[in-house]
Amino acid sequence: MSEPKTIYDKIWESHLAYEGDGDCLLYIDRHLIHEVTSPQAFEGLRMSNRQVRRPQNALAVADHNIPTTDRALGIGDEESEIQIQTLEDNCKEFGIKYIETSDKRQGIVHIIGPEQGFTLPGLTIVCGDSHTSTHGAFGALAHGIGTSEVEHVLATQTLIQKKAKNFKVNITGKCKDDVTAKDLALSVIGAIGTAGGTGYVIEYTGDAVESLSIEGRMTLCNLTIEAGARAGLVSPDEKTFEYLKGRPMSPKDAEWDSAIEYWKTLASDRNAKYDKTIEIDASNLTPLVTWGTSPEDVISIDGNIPNLEDIKDDSKRSAVKRSLDYMNLVPGSPIKGVPIDRVFIGSCTNGRIEDLREAASILPGKKVSERVSAMVVPGSGLVKEQAEEEGLDKIFIEAGFEWREPGCSMCLAMNADKLAPKERCASTSNRNFEGRQGREGRTHLVSPKMAAAAALTGCLTDVREMVLENG
Amino acid sequence: MDKFSSVKGISAPLINKSGNQLSLMMNIDTDMIIPKQFLKTIKRSGLGKNLFDEMRYDSDGKEIDSFILNKEPFRKAKILIAGKNFGCGSSREHAPWSILDFGIKVIIAPSFADIFFNNSFKNGILPIKLDEKIINSLIDVSMKGEELEVNLIDQAIILHDRKIEFDVDPINKECLVKGLDDIGSTLEKVSFIDEFENEISGKRPWNIPS
Repeated sequence: MSEPKTIYDKIWESHLAYEGDGDCLLYIDRHLIHEVTSPQAFEGLRMSNRQVRRPQNALAVADHNIPTTDRALGIGDEESEIQIQTLEDNCKEFGIKYIETSDKRQGIVHIIGPEQGFTLPGLTIVCGDSHTSTHGAFGALAHGIGTSEVEHVLATQTLIQKKAKNFKVNITGKCKDDVTAKDLALSVIGAIGTAGGTGYVIEYTGDAVESLSIEGRMTLCNLTIEAGARAGLVSPDEKTFEYLKGRPMSPKDAEWDSAIEYWKTLASDRNAKYDKTIEIDASNLTPLVTWGTSPEDVISIDGNIPNLEDIKDDSKRSAVKRSLDYMNLVPGSPIKGVPIDRVFIGSCTNGRIEDLREAASILPGKKVSERVSAMVVPGSGLVKEQAEEEGLDKIFIEAGFEWREPGCSMCLAMNADKLAPKERCASTSNRNFEGRQGREGRTHLVSPKMAAAAALTGCLTDVREMVLENG
Repeated sequence: MDKFSSVKGISAPLINKSGNQLSLMMNIDTDMIIPKQFLKTIKRSGLGKNLFDEMRYDSDGKEIDSFILNKEPFRKAKILIAGKNFGCGSSREHAPWSILDFGIKVIIAPSFADIFFNNSFKNGILPIKLDEKIINSLIDVSMKGEELEVNLIDQAIILHDRKIEFDVDPINKECLVKGLDDIGSTLEKVSFIDEFENEISGKRPWNIPS
């Protein structure tokens, strides 16, 4: 029998178009394209008189720049408008399928890929966006690339790659109520740090991962890049197949049956070897929140902000000091009760239907605090439509949230949705970096439910206490 | 891409000060390197003036005097020295574009984020991984404004009194030294890609949309 393999080993081996001395060409099955990281790649093709090798393997949509206000009002910012128009023009010129801004299927690339069945198990998927790791939830090898690599994939349908190492993150036990996939992901980043996964592909295993919905697995894989690994993976199972069945671009009929048969062989073999393994007990976890300016700066909502004198490492201590100064937080004090100004629910991390359901679940009969401005930005037009069918929009609006059009929005603040200097935000997004949500803005990463709870009380809040109050 | 053999110039360390303690800034993310408002460009050039924008300028656009790249002789730095996990976060290639456009050709750090590391080579920037202790020993030299020479051919950083060797992947080195065009060299292997596609479209047709 051949050596036991991980799912990553299997996908890697089945995509080697060329293997040289130290350099490999990895075949890329799917390429997602958005407006920000692609214009220079298309320009490069034009300058060197090259074609797109397989336009049918790509799918493009504008998401980063797009306003979340009424689409009929236009883009409203000249540079953004040029960038979006450039994407549309490039797609037309090179024959790539482009989802228009007025199309209800428009949304964040990492949300529309799965929705359309463009994302499938066992595929290699890339995009000029680091959160491409999201698609690993389906058992695909998916990672972010730079613009030079976008051009390389457009021209050759391959990437020059070196194999990464295998890292197993085994999460076992049952999550307590109000502990979500976001908390699992933040706990992993907190445990291994933002560089802990550098050079690895992370595979998530264990009953806590298996019991997650596909949406939850996407949240978990999405945040893998924040732990330094370019790709995160979950072996596909019945839930995966169920999610994909009947999607517009999923295989059909007899091809669907052969696909399933193949996908069932992808899961990591028993006794497969990993270069690194960690164990996390999900049953011990509590809702988490970040206090600093790195996603690894994670504590339990009932915990305290670190004390500088407790940190032995000099560079870590000065980094923490810089973070706490930036965040305007008192070392050693509780994180719970810190007043906030804004709430953002959305992004490729937490902008799916399940996230909106979770957030809405604690809102009926309650109002957003007067000090808070809160917004919900569905991850795609289809998520928005589904939420409206379920009446979630009414729940959000009645509570005092703004209900917006889909896009990346305040996750990276490239459009008009941004924090004013020194504003503090409870956000379901993925990065709390300095200036990420607006210059001098202060971000606390939380789950959708925790964000909703903070909106109601006007401060960082333990959602478990709110749920108890509700009886 | 320009050919890269050696670079001699001023090096600028990115430092946090806490009391008298100087330490290299860790986890410098690509949002810090080039904030999102500059990603709306459809060109690669002209981003150097916005490198480290929020650390370099105040909200009125005035230079912040204490930031190293606003000081002489570091305005002319060709080498950047930083703490671990440099370039984490977003995959934006605007980060290496802005670094290169500023005039920086070499970055020395204990570790780099994967995507940034890759993007650097694609743009003719040499990222060098060195032990943190060795890097710390460079801070003094660097702060005095002494020039360093980074010789890629010999894989060595040359100071007036010593030489520090570094590792670099042989393929990455060759690409930098020869200024190779990745796409051009991949297209030379196009028959392998054709063959692979033919094989897969028979075996797993759903992988290759028609």
